[in-house]
Amino acid sequence: MKHDIITDAKKSISGAVHTDRRHDSAEKHVTGRAEYCDDIAEPQGTLHAYLGTSTVAHGLIRSMDLDAVLAAPGVIGVLTADDVPGHNDISPTGQKDEPVFPVDRTEFHGQPLFAVIATSRDAARRAAELAKIDYEVLPHALDPVSAIEADYPHVTEPLKLERGDIAPAFDSAKNRIKGRMTIGGQDHMYLEGQIAFAIPGEDDDVVVHCSTQHPSEAQHMVAHVLGVPSNAVTVNVRRMGGGFGGKESQMNLFCAVAAIAAKKWNRPVKIRPDRDQDMTATGKRHDFVVDYDVAFDDTGRIEAVDGTFAARCGYSSDLSGPVTDRALFHADNAYFYANVRLTSRPMKTNTVSNTAFRGFGGPQGVVAAERMIEEIAYALGKDPLEIRKTNFYGDRNDGRILTPYHQEVEDNILPRLIGDLESSSDYQARREAVLQHNARSSMIKRGIALTPVKFGISFTATWYNQAGALIHIYNDGSIHLNHGGTEMGQGLNTKVAQVVADAFQVDFERIKITKTTTEKVPNTSATAASSGSDLNGMAALNAAEQLKERLVAFAAERWNSEPETIRFHNNMVEIGSELVSFNDLVRQAYMARVHLSAAGFYKTPKIHWDRAAGKGRPFYYFAYGASCSEVSVDTLTGEYRVERTDILHDVGKSLNPILDKGQVEGAFIQGMGWLTTEELWWDQAGRLRTHAPSTYKIPLASDRPRQFTVKLAEWSENKERTIKRSKAVGEPPFMLGISVFEALSMAVASVADYRECPRLDAPATPERVLMAIERLKNRE
Amino acid sequence: MTYRTEIRFLLNGADVTVTDVPADKTLLDYLRLERRLTGSKEGCAEGDCGACTVLVGRLAGGGLKYETVNACIRFLASLDGCHVVTIEHLRGQNGGLHPIQQAMVDFHGSQCGFCTPGFVMSLYALWMGNPEPTETEVESAIQGNLCRCTGYQPIIAAAMAANRYGSPAQDFLETERVNITERLTALSDGRRVVTGPKDNQAILPADVADFAAVLEEFPQATIVAGSTDVGLWVTKFMRPIGPAVFISHLQELKSVTLSDTALEIGAGVTYSEAQETICETFPHLKSYWDRIAGQQVRNMGTIGGNIANGSPIGDTPPVLIALGAQIVLRKGAKQRSLPLEQFFIEYGKQDRAPSEFVESILIPRPRPGQLHAAYKISKRRDEDISSVAAGFNVTVSDGRITDCRLAFGGMAGTPKRAAKAEAALRGQPWGEAAFLAAGQALQADFTPLSDWRASAEYRATAARNLLQRFFLTHDDRSEAPADLLSA
Repeated sequence: MKHDIITDAKKSISGAVHTDRRHDSAEKHVTGRAEYCDDIAEPQGTLHAYLGTSTVAHGLIRSMDLDAVLAAPGVIGVLTADDVPGHNDISPTGQKDEPVFPVDRTEFHGQPLFAVIATSRDAARRAAELAKIDYEVLPHALDPVSAIEADYPHVTEPLKLERGDIAPAFDSAKNRIKGRMTIGGQDHMYLEGQIAFAIPGEDDDVVVHCSTQHPSEAQHMVAHVLGVPSNAVTVNVRRMGGGFGGKESQMNLFCAVAAIAAKKWNRPVKIRPDRDQDMTATGKRHDFVVDYDVAFDDTGRIEAVDGTFAARCGYSSDLSGPVTDRALFHADNAYFYANVRLTSRPMKTNTVSNTAFRGFGGPQGVVAAERMIEEIAYALGKDPLEIRKTNFYGDRNDGRILTPYHQEVEDNILPRLIGDLESSSDYQARREAVLQHNARSSMIKRGIALTPVKFGISFTATWYNQAGALIHIYNDGSIHLNHGGTEMGQGLNTKVAQVVADAFQVDFERIKITKTTTEKVPNTSATAASSGSDLNGMAALNAAEQLKERLVAFAAERWNSEPETIRFHNNMVEIGSELVSFNDLVRQAYMARVHLSAAGFYKTPKIHWDRAAGKGRPFYYFAYGASCSEVSVDTLTGEYRVERTDILHDVGKSLNPILDKGQVEGAFIQGMGWLTTEELWWDQAGRLRTHAPSTYKIPLASDRPRQFTVKLAEWSENKERTIKRSKAVGEPPFMLGISVFEALSMAVASVADYRECPRLDAPATPERVLMAIERLKNRE
Repeated sequence: MTYRTEIRFLLNGADVTVTDVPADKTLLDYLRLERRLTGSKEGCAEGDCGACTVLVGRLAGGGLKYETVNACIRFLASLDGCHVVTIEHLRGQNGGLHPIQQAMVDFHGSQCGFCTPGFVMSLYALWMGNPEPTETEVESAIQGNLCRCTGYQPIIAAAMAANRYGSPAQDFLETERVNITERLTALSDGRRVVTGPKDNQAILPADVADFAAVLEEFPQATIVAGSTDVGLWVTKFMRPIGPAVFISHLQELKSVTLSDTALEIGAGVTYSEAQETICETFPHLKSYWDRIAGQQVRNMGTIGGNIANGSPIGDTPPVLIALGAQIVLRKGAKQRSLPLEQFFIEYGKQDRAPSEFVESILIPRPRPGQLHAAYKISKRRDEDISSVAAGFNVTVSDGRITDCRLAFGGMAGTPKRAAKAEAALRGQPWGEAAFLAAGQALQADFTPLSDWRASAEYRATAARNLLQRFFLTHDDRSEAPADLLSA
């Protein structure tokens, strides 16, 4: 009998791990029924807040006359620094350099100085324009170079990574190149902007609905500015309309303002900036100016690297410390530097405080590494891919495994991965064809590049590498799943639910995915650093295993059998010779008073980091990938088109291949946008002039490569014991976009017969491409 | 004549009457705040991201036609007599997911989901008119939709497969066509509509004569055709626009007439409505036209508005000036016409008197011996504002350039002809030397500005090189393809 049932039920559960499972909210997305923060029904009496901002980049605030604001129709009141009941500070790393509202000094154009509270958003927005603020204007520095010239301070302690001895290596080197690369920043351009909606409660309580990747931080910040314990504040996030790092710390301001106003007037308060204010008042990816000095032998092998990474951090530290650190951690990309010194310069500037963005500084490090590879290739007249291969990390046998931060690269799969992509993309033959085309064609030039990425996984702030989850099994057998991660489109909730479905061997549909809330799982880390599934999947698995253990113990006793023989399979539980449904087992366990709720926990093993010494193992493992792109460039205008891209990316043993593929494709396009059309442009007054999609151009469907093939390295399996041997996927594929940038560079180089590295700065807008072409042509 | 004081339209399945509609109330705010239809999202409030895309159906040319529009910059008052269809109205045959929605689910076309309703609406409109689109046609249909998560590939795949999920013939908008047509017909009473508070009044004239009369009464009224520019005055700059005269419903301004000598386009004709005739009459404008804004804005924006707002970076003026277009202005019953380039006096100033309006545009048909080109250079290929736009019209006879019109946008405070470059070409033998010399002369024609779209240096260099491109792509001996990087 039992065997028949097993045979009948040989089909597996729905939504098992390692299978394609659509996003759990897909149907709600396509019908418009997925609820975002601004869609939550507003209780009667809800007020709306809007920010009033600075109109100078740097100045002392002599006076702030808000009479006209207060007199405007619908206005209930204003909030300034004086109205912050607790601490006027929302700096995420505790440096106390980021007030909710400044007291006497504005440090960037567009800095929020006050908030208006009104009966409608429109009224608040109009009133915010009416402030009369008198400034004593001070000189400003907008970019890292002018900040260094003006002797501006670092916003946080710089980092130095050093290994070997560069001085003798440079002295004895056969070849040496020094250069500078300017790398632009990037706006997140999440489709759903920043928003927070606070509802006051009894005592000190306040509930804040918002769109944040870091509910625990928002909770702590709100408590901090209100001057109440964290237990009074609840932060809820059902889903975000995109995050990409832009909602890791940047939501704090909005949560704080909504919460202060909600408590002050004892009414619900919502704040939602318009797109322009969202883009001017919240941080972005850091721009970098990288000075590099590289020594290499005649085969192109790197002997020494000296790199200085100066970043536009903005007026405060925000996350600039860990961001600039991560730039250094990735300044090797996939290459072994025999002797190396890398220094960060996190510069204070009179611009919005820059923040996390997919890759978190890593992409800027990687793109600088690839620039050095290019320099070597053009200097030696070789294919950059050959130089890349010459410099890849090796293995224990050749001893080329130590990173600049003294962690050994133990899981290098790049040789195989690159080999696979080189042949599947037909790189060699196509490069030859590109060279031939360029020899024939004077106006349209082509370029092709195959670039690798190696990306370190773990928060470099070691304590962040922990997570919690909460699972309830109700007595009807339905499962309620909650964890500390947040859903921003990446499919985290789907993946974690798959892990739980797999653990209990029940259908995916049985699991109810619930909003992230600080009431259920405390002290969570940001859903960031690509760590969402790694951390929360493990925490949920831990909770599920605790519950299974209790169920098994109960079943063993109830059916008088050995715990080892009890198996969960396809919504059933096999207990000795009995086969009971999961529902039955749960019901009986409940009747027998078994505790059917469990909190799970996880912390990443093995990692440690000594920042002062610049040594340790900051990363649990590395994720790898490579992409090959071919472009056409019109040398008369600098306009270009991506003809073809082939990608092979490593996600270990994927929890959900179709979602991972979606991450890889989306990240590639976003990375390509960063390096091509997405340009942040400040005028001399320090005003950001590209502050909405009309002026800031992210890729469109028609910017996709004309041929686009994306594959996961199916043979890969994480060497470390991660959740089901998968690997993180959020950030690493972002850097695959570099292949487009490098291909453009090759097309430009062709106008000077590849004798000179074009030193294209990023983003390579048509303008930069044309100007580089003109520069190279005029030198001929 | 008594005025009607309320706006009447269909919203999804319901008949709606709204009284006292302020001129500047947007459709999106109405949907989200007053109707709690929260499926349409605000992503940018400037018509660039498409998260607010809805369909607007209206009676035109004897039939009922649905088009995508950006609800964020569309004014509620302009929807009088229309059928507004939002994401909430979509359904499949069996009451489940609509074919487009099912395809999007099956192909994993959503990640964060915020842009998704807008994409679904754009793909829905595409599928209704073109159920088996090419990849390029899909890309064109979603030029006005931004997605920051997926990289678009799955959305394209869903669009290409949509027809396997259901046929437009069975779609609810098709099966309800007669019913909706009758209901919309019943709404049109031919009366002037005046609604909204005194200082923020919306006026919908009964016809063009009435439009002229309204302008005589309110000489400083804001004329709103497609609202793709005026919409932003409200959503971005909070500028008052009342009294505003809405004209997108005026059929008399929507004529497209091709005679033996010229194409006449009414000032209220949208880019979409003009597209077919324009591109057939002037084939060199085909790929250029596809690059004007995104589909939603092409469905709303008018050629008349693009001219009348006087922007130095409008897409159509340079190419129309090159073609020798004339515009017809009207005040009361009095008409006058002038060469388009003369309309643009200086930045922010056009040759339009109070109470006067642009009525039509007259474009001479190409003549034998003329070589034409239209170029747009922008940071992003599609849905971007040009750094430089150019229209060239060069007449070659017996190997000699006998006449030419070179018009540029983005190079000065107005769309403008390059007089010195034209002089350098005129009378010269056809050859690269003439165009290189014209390129040199062009540097004296313009002193472009640097801004976030492009530097002065880039504008000058690219504009110069466009003359070279023109020669290379039109010279019989050149191997250069006619359209270098277009799909």
